[in-house]
Amino acid sequence: MKKYTKTHEWVEPDGTRATVGITDHAQGELRDIVFIELPKKGAGVSQGAACAVVESVKAAFDIYAPLSGKVIEINPKIEEDPSLVNQDPEGAGWFFKIEIADAAELDGLLDEVTYYKLLRGEAQ
Amino acid sequence: MNTEAHKTVLYDEHVALGAHMVEFHGSLMPMEYAGIIAEHTKVRNDCGIFDVSHMGELEVRGEGAFRFLQHAITNDLSKSYPGKALYSPLCNEQGGIVDDIIVYCFSRDHYLLVVNSANRQKDFAWLQGQAALFDGVVCNDISDTTALIAVQGPRAEGILGSLLTGDISSVPRYTFRTVSCRGIEVMAARTGYTGEDGFELFIAVSEAALLWRALLAGGASPCGLGARDTLRLEACYPLYGNELTDETTPLEACLSWAVSLEKGEFVGGEVLRRQSREGMSRKLVGFEVVDRGIARSGYPVSNGDGKVIGAVTSGTFGPHVKKNIGLAYVGRQHSAVGSRIFIQIRNSATAARVVARPFYRTEALLYKK
Repeated sequence: MKKYTKTHEWVEPDGTRATVGITDHAQGELRDIVFIELPKKGAGVSQGAACAVVESVKAAFDIYAPLSGKVIEINPKIEEDPSLVNQDPEGAGWFFKIEIADAAELDGLLDEVTYYKLLRGEAQ
Repeated sequence: MNTEAHKTVLYDEHVALGAHMVEFHGSLMPMEYAGIIAEHTKVRNDCGIFDVSHMGELEVRGEGAFRFLQHAITNDLSKSYPGKALYSPLCNEQGGIVDDIIVYCFSRDHYLLVVNSANRQKDFAWLQGQAALFDGVVCNDISDTTALIAVQGPRAEGILGSLLTGDISSVPRYTFRTVSCRGIEVMAARTGYTGEDGFELFIAVSEAALLWRALLAGGASPCGLGARDTLRLEACYPLYGNELTDETTPLEACLSWAVSLEKGEFVGGEVLRRQSREGMSRKLVGFEVVDRGIARSGYPVSNGDGKVIGAVTSGTFGPHVKKNIGLAYVGRQHSAVGSRIFIQIRNSATAARVVARPFYRTEALLYKK
């Protein structure tokens, strides 16, 4: 089941692996996305640490890893056409996949209901 | 900002159009409505309108007005005549740029200066200080009673023309004419900051919303500061605070075409003449990023050996040219077109190439001198 961060990334675990991206809310706030820098395949990412960069027309923003792990696949399509993240942030606009280092980290993330409550300003 | 942000007279119009509002040098301004890229494209292909009422308007009057302004600006005011708009830097004694302005001439003793919003108070104080040295000069800040709407793009003349009594098709570039729109007096100047043909419309604040709505109804698209910045950068127009500062000279900023070293004494003239004679140590260049990455203001520029040779002043993805472009000051020996330079983007020295400026030029402007 998909989990979310307070910094507006999503992660969808599938066994020992997980797919990572940014939420629809995040792409809406960023507006026109024109550049994406992804981690390299094989690189390690740490929960809560900057792992990718998204640039709108105006500025660059860090993306934080929702979980620790090793990058096993990146989505080359969003490097070629960053607007894919605006069009389909939680589907075809995924960022990368990791081998999960510590599944217990998932417990600290938000479920869908809590994340949307957070967006509406109803939860901490 | 410690004081409440200023709202232009069109603030409610922007909010009603769903604009994303931001504070810009003390004014609440629309950053974008439909999106920067969509708005940028509208201006390149169709027609966009911008609320630029945050700009400052300073009036200079009196029998000494010509002599005073000729001394204050770097361009040659004797090229001007009633109905003429003249772009010019305004320099300090050290040749650094106080502001870049447009001087609209009504007569030899009546001018209107359009200045950058961030510099309005600084410019007014500076002008008053300079004006005190001349007889018969009065300066007034009329920014609060003047609204300014830019209508830009290939369809600007058609859309604006259909709303007006009075012909604008024969108004040459960098001139202005007073026309009437539904009974409202409009000073229409064929100027702009987008690299497209178009007009900037000066009107009383009380009439601004009416004109704004008429332009929208005529088919123009509202555009914000975001697109204004990407459009001006593709056209290589400098931005005060980025390319132009109190520490950069117009010669370094490639504005020598707006500096008359022969016209007689003017503020900063001595330093600029010396710099012209002796040469500059640095120069503003346009570059394209060759590797992947977007350059941003403040990023260091280095040569192939890792030695810092300058800094980026503006950088973006150019929505029309579809390249990552920017402007930077670099050491003179690296300023030739074709020079290979490196932009420090986060942790990597990213290859870039000095290219001819501007990045974008429309034929429409070549025919309208």
